[in-house]
Amino acid sequence: MDLFGLAIRSVFVENMIFAYFLGMCSYLAVSKKVKTAVGLGLAVTFVLGITAPLNWLIYEFILKEGALKWTGIEALASVDLSFLTFIVFIAVIAAFVQLLEMIIEKVSPSLYAALGIFLPLIAVNCSILGGGLFMISKEFNFAEASVYGISSGFGWFLAVVALAAIRERLKYSNVPAPLRGLGITFILVGLMALGFLSFAGF
Amino acid sequence: MMWLRKKLDQIKPLFEKDGKFASLHPVFDAFETFLFVPNHTTGPRHEVHVRDAMDLKRMMVTVIVALIPCLLFGMWNVGHQQALATGIAMSGWEKFLFGLEKTLPIIIVSYVVGLGIEFTFAGLRKHSVNEGFLVTGMLIPLVVPPTIPLWQVAVATAFAVVLGKEVFGGTGMNVLNVALTARAYLYFAHPSDIAGSGIWVATGNQATVDGYTGETALAVAANTANKLQEAGQGFSAESVVNALNDYMGGMFTFKSMFLGTIPGSIGETSTLMCLIGALILIATGVGSWKIIVSAFGGAYLTGLFFNAIASNAYMAMPAHYHLVMGGLAFGIVYMATDPVSAAHTETGKWIYGFLIGVITILIRVLNPAYPEGIMLAILFMNVMAPLIDFYVVEANKKRRLSRATV
Repeated sequence: MDLFGLAIRSVFVENMIFAYFLGMCSYLAVSKKVKTAVGLGLAVTFVLGITAPLNWLIYEFILKEGALKWTGIEALASVDLSFLTFIVFIAVIAAFVQLLEMIIEKVSPSLYAALGIFLPLIAVNCSILGGGLFMISKEFNFAEASVYGISSGFGWFLAVVALAAIRERLKYSNVPAPLRGLGITFILVGLMALGFLSFAGF
Repeated sequence: MMWLRKKLDQIKPLFEKDGKFASLHPVFDAFETFLFVPNHTTGPRHEVHVRDAMDLKRMMVTVIVALIPCLLFGMWNVGHQQALATGIAMSGWEKFLFGLEKTLPIIIVSYVVGLGIEFTFAGLRKHSVNEGFLVTGMLIPLVVPPTIPLWQVAVATAFAVVLGKEVFGGTGMNVLNVALTARAYLYFAHPSDIAGSGIWVATGNQATVDGYTGETALAVAANTANKLQEAGQGFSAESVVNALNDYMGGMFTFKSMFLGTIPGSIGETSTLMCLIGALILIATGVGSWKIIVSAFGGAYLTGLFFNAIASNAYMAMPAHYHLVMGGLAFGIVYMATDPVSAAHTETGKWIYGFLIGVITILIRVLNPAYPEGIMLAILFMNVMAPLIDFYVVEANKKRRLSRATV
């Protein structure tokens, strides 16, 4: 498969937010300011970019049915550990988020404070586990899984940063009282999805 | 005109705060300020600052004036296309009347629905009626095909005005261009009535001439490129140009596409009329020349880039053909320059316009799903414009901080 096409498709067309509605909770909660949105977006891209290929390796060489053939042990050749997929993927993601959290706390305490609870919550961000599971169900190879991880993370990043910039401008709008806050944000996300449809067909 | 002024002053108290029709004040206000330049002044108490006569209303009316060339030509062209499609001989006047008959109902529906919603919201939310819809209501008919069912115009207008504008607080506060939101709604909700080949020409129930397909220039170019590729034939820069020139006995020459005597949405076909509109907008300072220039530039440069790396006939098509095909000129002149949804910073306008041009050509040439890209390119850049502004402002802050000595 064409890797460039895959990248474009996962950034715009199969965008984690606008096509699959994954990672919505932190997307809506941390999009009030561009600076924190950039921080969280980068964190999600980083975690997704690393864990997608890592999980691919784990799945391909340990969990998949018959994956343990490479050990050369007769008894393991037909073992199917794929029922462990969810729990192993989550463990890998959680470990990486922990690592990221320590790095951010050390490097930028202000960003650490601004992200608050949403940083550890990346561990249960649906888009990251979703990315891992889509990659399995779409039967990607290693290169495709890496590109897919990075670019769907970037799609999430683009979506959250654009939303944050619009919401900063929205302060000057006169939104009807019942819609203020999340209500208008939901409408806004729907309208933004129209714009992201421009690349459907790649 | 004095009797009108007197009459207005006479009934004015009825619409004031404690008057009989206080709830209709926005309606009265809208008509009063439409007829006369308002005498509002600004200032804390002894109000001495006279406001500029160039208010929102004059600005919007300027855009309407700039749209008139496209509107009139579009009406004539609707008739002209019918004449071409059916082979019936019609005089210029007959063509215009036929177009008027097709276009006027769309304009009326768009204005009645949109202004109805606008007045209702103004009454409910107690703000004055915004003039923004005068332009939107004219743009919507010009970006739909002449065969569009009227109920779809009504639904799309209602969708765009309510969800695209009023929920944000009305004119000046929307994120996406309202007219394009209406068109995008039609495009995704009723694709068979706004895309394809059978809908661009109103034939008035007459049989078409032999071999007539009613395709747009963009579709002809894309189909030609696909055919050459499937046949495994070589291509040259001329292959698409020749196909366009040969189509229906010279329908799509560069000249006819520039003048606009081709099928398409009602107002979009003529690049010449759009340029006249652009001159009016630039001369009066209503539209940003930076956006117009950078968007045309972006489209042209992308066209040249594809020429250089051409791997099919569409990519090899001369770059200047892109500028006169489809709705590129109309979108850039009247929609990309929308001061609300475009980038607000001056540097941002260059980036915003340039990317609109680039993305439009990318969609046209590389995306097989959509023949035209200007609508989605503008909507996408509307979404990105606040982000561009944010970084332009940040860069400016950084530059000025570095100059400061503490």
